[in-house]
This record gives sequence, structure tokens and C-alpha cells, in this order.
Amino acid sequence: MLDHHAWQAVWLTLELATLTTVLLLLVATPLAWWLSQTRSRWRAPISAVVTLPLVLPPTVLGFYLLVLMGPQGPLGQLTLALGWGTLSFTFTGLLIGSIIFSLPFAVQPIQHAFESIGARPLEAAATLRASPLDAFFSVALPLARPGLLTAAILSFAHTVGEFGVVLMIGGNIPGKTRVVSTQIYGHVEAMEYAQAHWLAGGMVAFSFVVLLCLSLLKRNGASVMR
Amino acid sequence: MADINQIRLKLPRAQFDVDVDLHLPGKGITVLFGASGSGKTSILRCVAGLERAVSGFVRIGDAVWQDDERGLFVPTWRRLLGYVFQEASLFEHLDVQRNLEYGLRRTATSADRNTLDEAVDLLGIRALLKRRPQALSGGERQRVAIARALVTEPRLLLLDEPLASLDLHRRREIMPWLERLRDQLAIPMLYVTHSMDELSRLADEVVVLDKGQAVAAGPISEVLAQGDLPALADEEAGTVIQGVVQECNSRWHLARVQLSAGCVLVRDIGLVPGNRVRLRILARDVSLTLDQPTRSSIQNHLPGVVDAVLADSHPAQALVRVRCSGDTLISRVTWKSVEELQIQPGLAMWAQVKSVAVIA
Repeated sequence: MLDHHAWQAVWLTLELATLTTVLLLLVATPLAWWLSQTRSRWRAPISAVVTLPLVLPPTVLGFYLLVLMGPQGPLGQLTLALGWGTLSFTFTGLLIGSIIFSLPFAVQPIQHAFESIGARPLEAAATLRASPLDAFFSVALPLARPGLLTAAILSFAHTVGEFGVVLMIGGNIPGKTRVVSTQIYGHVEAMEYAQAHWLAGGMVAFSFVVLLCLSLLKRNGASVMR
Repeated sequence: MADINQIRLKLPRAQFDVDVDLHLPGKGITVLFGASGSGKTSILRCVAGLERAVSGFVRIGDAVWQDDERGLFVPTWRRLLGYVFQEASLFEHLDVQRNLEYGLRRTATSADRNTLDEAVDLLGIRALLKRRPQALSGGERQRVAIARALVTEPRLLLLDEPLASLDLHRRREIMPWLERLRDQLAIPMLYVTHSMDELSRLADEVVVLDKGQAVAAGPISEVLAQGDLPALADEEAGTVIQGVVQECNSRWHLARVQLSAGCVLVRDIGLVPGNRVRLRILARDVSLTLDQPTRSSIQNHLPGVVDAVLADSHPAQALVRVRCSGDTLISRVTWKSVEELQIQPGLAMWAQVKSVAVIA
């Protein structure tokens, strides 16, 4: 069964995934809205940058984040000057890395949801005296709910499953930065296959449930609108 | 009053430039009539501020919405207007009641629950309030959309082909509600359509558009009586005449309607003596004779004087405009008849009317 360290890793993973999801929705929603509405020439490059974590090896992303957050990096120098120390090998650093790593998984479903709404409901809102900001909250967001749900589930699941970025910028500090995936890695390194099995099997079950929820969500798209 | 509502717009399009200067009366329906792609919807969207004309001046009552000489452009949500789109565009995440309240809650003026109740009764949608938009028929959705626009107490109601996405049955179902709006609302309405049926039933005034230009404007009966507008000279060419129901004959199921030129018999569709009705007489249903017809199956004949002989869409045919006292009829005849009967302006003739449609 799971020992004390394993449970610590599970809780840390859930904490990281929950915080990442919440913060990611706050960042990704306005970004997705901008991408779905703008005709700016910056749309294509920014869209590409947002999608980058999807194709980059996590180690590449982790490496650059490590450099950026390190004592010589610009972000590291800033946090040092503010008296916060460096972010690498901390939970906050892990959180920032997770947000960037899962950004495309949050932005894309929301962006597609906004795009499929089209201009007409927002025009109708404007003729009914709703300011653009009002129309965003009262019409665009509720209509994009299925997209927001998909984004939340994908971000959460993707964060739970990350390994490369965590290892690069978080290291493997028990109770601080050791999550389930690195814990499994540790067990395997130490030839503790029984413990690895419990955690790995749990991950498989978790991932299955997430994908099942997603497909049920898509099938009941109409009722999710309610 | 005619100058209170002025709409002057210029905007370039791919094929032509839209350039219009419209004056709307203080109430009643003004129809923007023209073929698809003549710029009707663009004009409506510019009036609403959903698109911006290159240069424009829009004043409704005492509110100026756009004046490019002063660099003024009021955003749509600050314009006191109602807009009915071709597809109802109800908010799918709200039920009918919440759709109606959406505008009400955002209206700064004195609009209250009474306004909502009035709109609900005017459009007959009380039974639908708890339903969701997905559960409504096309006609019901459009009635809810119109009510939703009215709840905000607009100074101007814009309707963009509100019946175009509906089948014939639904169109007939919703038409009486639109006639009610026309007769009961004290605001101007700008109504875009390319349907002759809607034009003749609903319009008080009409602006005929061709490639972005207004080629004719004025009261419906006058504009239709011109007879020389390509947009109006197809199979449906004809005129609209106002009359008063005199009496109904239950034996023949006919009603007698008094026009200024005389009386005509029409099918009794439940007409009420004393009521004003709108008659539509198509050019193809009017024939001309030099003598008063006495032994003819056609019941309706009116004396008149030829006003003009105009070219029709086919080279074999002519449209003859006949003034019968204050009313105008258009008759479709062949050029052969024109020559043989020597039809020319000033000639006194009898117009035989084979069919009269009561449209309102």
C-alpha cells in the first residue's frame, strides 16, 4: 500500500494541479478571448507561442525555466532583489512551470468555444444595451461553458501527469516538490516495484476516469449548456 | 415631423458604394426594399452602429448617433434601438423570460415590468415564458426576439428580414403580429426585405434600393404606382390601394369595399364593415377596355384615365398606368393591344379587375 511519502506526493500533486487549473483559467480565458476576437497581426505569432509547450520536449521547457528562475536569470534576479529568494526548487516555481506547460491545453478549448459562438449573440447583446465587458460576462462566458469545462479538466489532468518540467525545475524534494510522477520514478530507481505499482495503477485509473468524463461531457454538450 | 429622423450614410462596398439619405416619419414602418446584395442590411447595421459607415449622419428624434463632421460615433449599446436579426439570435443559455429581461435590466430609463408585460401581450408569447429557445418553433423564436427588442423601449426598431428564415406557414403566422406592431407602436420602424408580399402588407413608406442607391422613396401606394422601377416590375408588379369595407354579402361570401374611384367586390375573409383595408391589385389581373363592360364575368370595373404607358420586363408587354380618381392601377397588356386600341396618356378607359387581394 501507499506509505507516508507516497501520500505526501499524492496530496502535493492534487494541490499543484488544483492551483494550476484555477490560475490557468484566469490567464487562459482573457487570452483565448483576445485570440478569438482580434484581427491584429500579432495574433499568429502569439498563437504559435501559446501552442509551443504542446510540441516542445518538457525538458527543453524545464531547462529554460530553470535558467530563467536561477540566480543568474532575469526572473531569478528580480525575485532575489525582492527578497523572495530564487523560485527554482520551490513549489511556486513548480506552479509557474505547470501553468506555462499546460497553457495550450487551457487556451485551445476556450478559444474554440468562443469562436463557435460567433459574433451574432454579442451583437444581439449590444443592441440590448450590454457594454462589451457586460456582454462578455453575461453572454460569451456562459455560452463557452463546455469549452471552459474541457479546459479545466485537461489542465488538471495534464498537470497531474507532468514529469519532465517538474524534475528540471522542482527537483525531487519530498513534501516540497516531489509529486506522484517523480515519486514513481524514485520507487523504480530504488527497485521498489510494489510501491511503484500502486501509484502507477492509480494514475492509469485516474487518467481513464478523466477521459471518460470528457467524452460524456462532449456527448451531453447540449445539457452542459444549462 | 419628417425631418426628425435622418439617416445619411456613405460606405464603399466591393461592387458599388452605398450612398443614401433617408428621412423616416415619426412612426410606422418604412421598408427598405431591394434585391439581395443591394445594400439593405449594410444600411441597417450602420444605423445600429454594428458597422461603421465611412461617413454618416444618423439622428433619431433628438439623439444624434453618428455625425462624422463632429467625429461623433455612439457605440451600439448606447443607442436606444431595438434590432431584430434574420435568425432570432436568442440567448440559448437563458429561457424566454430571462431573454426578455436581459435588455430590461440594462435599460436606464423608466422601463419596468409593465413594459415587459406589454411586449409579451403584444406578441402573444405569455405561454412561452418558461421555455428555452431550443424548444421554440421558428415563428415563436422570432416573436420572442421582437418582444425582447421592444422591452428596452427603443426609439427606433430595426428589422432585418425577420421572416426570411421562416417557411411560408410560419411567415403567415407572424405577419399579423407585425401588422399589430405597425398599428400600435408610436416609434419608427425600419424594415429590410426583398419580399413583395411583406412590402405590400406592412409598409407605410418604402425606399427602393438598387446597388446602394435609393431609386424611389415615398408612401407605399405612390411608389408602387410609379410602375417604372425595375425592382418592382416583375411578375408581382401591381399597386396597393386603401379602402373602407361597406357591407358583407353572406349569400355570395363577398364584401363591398369603397375606394375613391368606386366600389369593388372582394372575397369576404371575415371583414368588418367600417374597417379600413389594404387591397393589392396585380398588374396581370387588370385588363383595359374602351367601353364599360356590361356582360362580363368580371365583377369589378373602374373608370379611369391612362396616365402613362411604360416598358415591361418582357418586350411583348407594356405596363399601363391608369388613374382612377385618387387611386392608381397598373395593367399589364401587350404592345399589340396598346397599338390596336391606341392607348396613350389622356385616354379614358375602363379597368377590369379580375382579382383583388385583401392583404390587411
